[in-house]
Amino acid sequence: MKSRVIGLLTVLIAVIIASCQSEDELEFQRYYNGGKKLYEQKCQNCHSAKGDGLSNLIPPLTDAIYLKKNKALLACMVKYGIKETIITINGKSYEGAMPANDLAPVDIAKVLTYVTNSFGNKMGVIKSEVIDRYLAGCK
Amino acid sequence: MKQLTGLLFITLILFSACKFNAAETPKLPIYGNRDTVSKMVNGKMVVDSVYATIPDFKFVNQYGDSITSKSLNGYVYVADFFFTTCPSICPVMHRNMLKVYADYKNVSDFKIISHTIDPKHDSVPVLKKYADKMGISGQTWWLLQGKKEDTYQLGEKSYLVAVKEDSGTPGGYVHQGWFVLVDKQKRVRGYYDGTDEKQVDKLRADIKTLLAETNTTIAQ
Repeated sequence: MKSRVIGLLTVLIAVIIASCQSEDELEFQRYYNGGKKLYEQKCQNCHSAKGDGLSNLIPPLTDAIYLKKNKALLACMVKYGIKETIITINGKSYEGAMPANDLAPVDIAKVLTYVTNSFGNKMGVIKSEVIDRYLAGCK
Repeated sequence: MKQLTGLLFITLILFSACKFNAAETPKLPIYGNRDTVSKMVNGKMVVDSVYATIPDFKFVNQYGDSITSKSLNGYVYVADFFFTTCPSICPVMHRNMLKVYADYKNVSDFKIISHTIDPKHDSVPVLKKYADKMGISGQTWWLLQGKKEDTYQLGEKSYLVAVKEDSGTPGGYVHQGWFVLVDKQKRVRGYYDGTDEKQVDKLRADIKTLLAETNTTIAQ
C-alpha cells in the first residue's frame, strides 16, 4: 500500500516536471516562431536570412559575445533605432543608422528570442517582462 | 471564324518559335518598341528594324568622374536604381548584385551601373564610402549620381518602358528593384527582379550568353 502511494506520487511528480518542461519549451517555441515572422518582415532585408548582414555596410547578427553583453541595448536599438554610431561586431566596425521599429515589448521579446537563438546563437528565451525592464533603461 | 484563324496563326508562330530556339544557341529577347525603316541599298528598297536603345545621359560616378552613355560603348551592362539610405529592398538587391560583381568583375567588356534616386543625400563622397563598405573597387561597378529628373526620366522612359508594357504592373519602378540587362548596342535584353535570388541566378547566366553573342557578332 505504502509503496503504491509512493509510486503514484513519483509518477505524479514526474508528470508535473515533464509538463513544466514542455511548458517552457512551448513558450520558447511561441516566442521563437513569432520572432521569425517579425524578423522576416522587419529585419531580413538588411540583415539577411542567414543573419550575415551585408559586407561592411550592415552588421551581422552572429557575434554571440556582443549579443550576450548587450541584451538590454538590443531592445533599445530595435525600438528606437540607431543614429550614425560606430559599433564593433566580430572585430569589425560598422557605421550607420538603423530605422526604429516601434514594436510592442512582447514583439521585441519575440524578435530578440529569434535572433539570439538563430545564426549559431543559443541564448534561450527573452521574455516580455524582461524587455519591459530593458526598455525602461533606454537612453 | 476570323478569331479561329488568328488563333491558329499565333499557335503556328509559337511552334515555329520553339523550333527556332531549339535549333539555335539560346538567344535573349530584345525589349522595347521597334520601328522599321525603308532605305535604299544598292538600288533596292530594304526594310530594316530599328530597336529602342538607351538614350544619351550624363552622370558622375563614385570617383567624381563624368560618365556618359559613351562611357558604356562596347560594354554589356546591368543597370539598377537604389539609394544608400534605403532600408527596404536595396540591401537585398545589392547583396544579390554583389554575386554578379563577383562573377564578372574581371571581364573587360562588362559593367554594372547603379543610379541613385536620392542625389541630394548621395553625393560623390557618400557613394564612394558606400562602395568602399560594399567592397567595390576598380571600374566594373559605377555608382552614378546626377539630376533627379534625369535619373527618373531615364528609369521610367528608357529602362522600364517594356517592363510596364509587358507585365502591366503600374507603380513606381523605384520599389520594384529591377536589374536591367543591356547589350553593346544599348538595347534592353532582360529584366530581373533584383530581390529574387533565382532571377538573379538567371541574370548571371544570361550575361554569359549575351557576352558570347555580341562577341561573335563583332567577330563577323
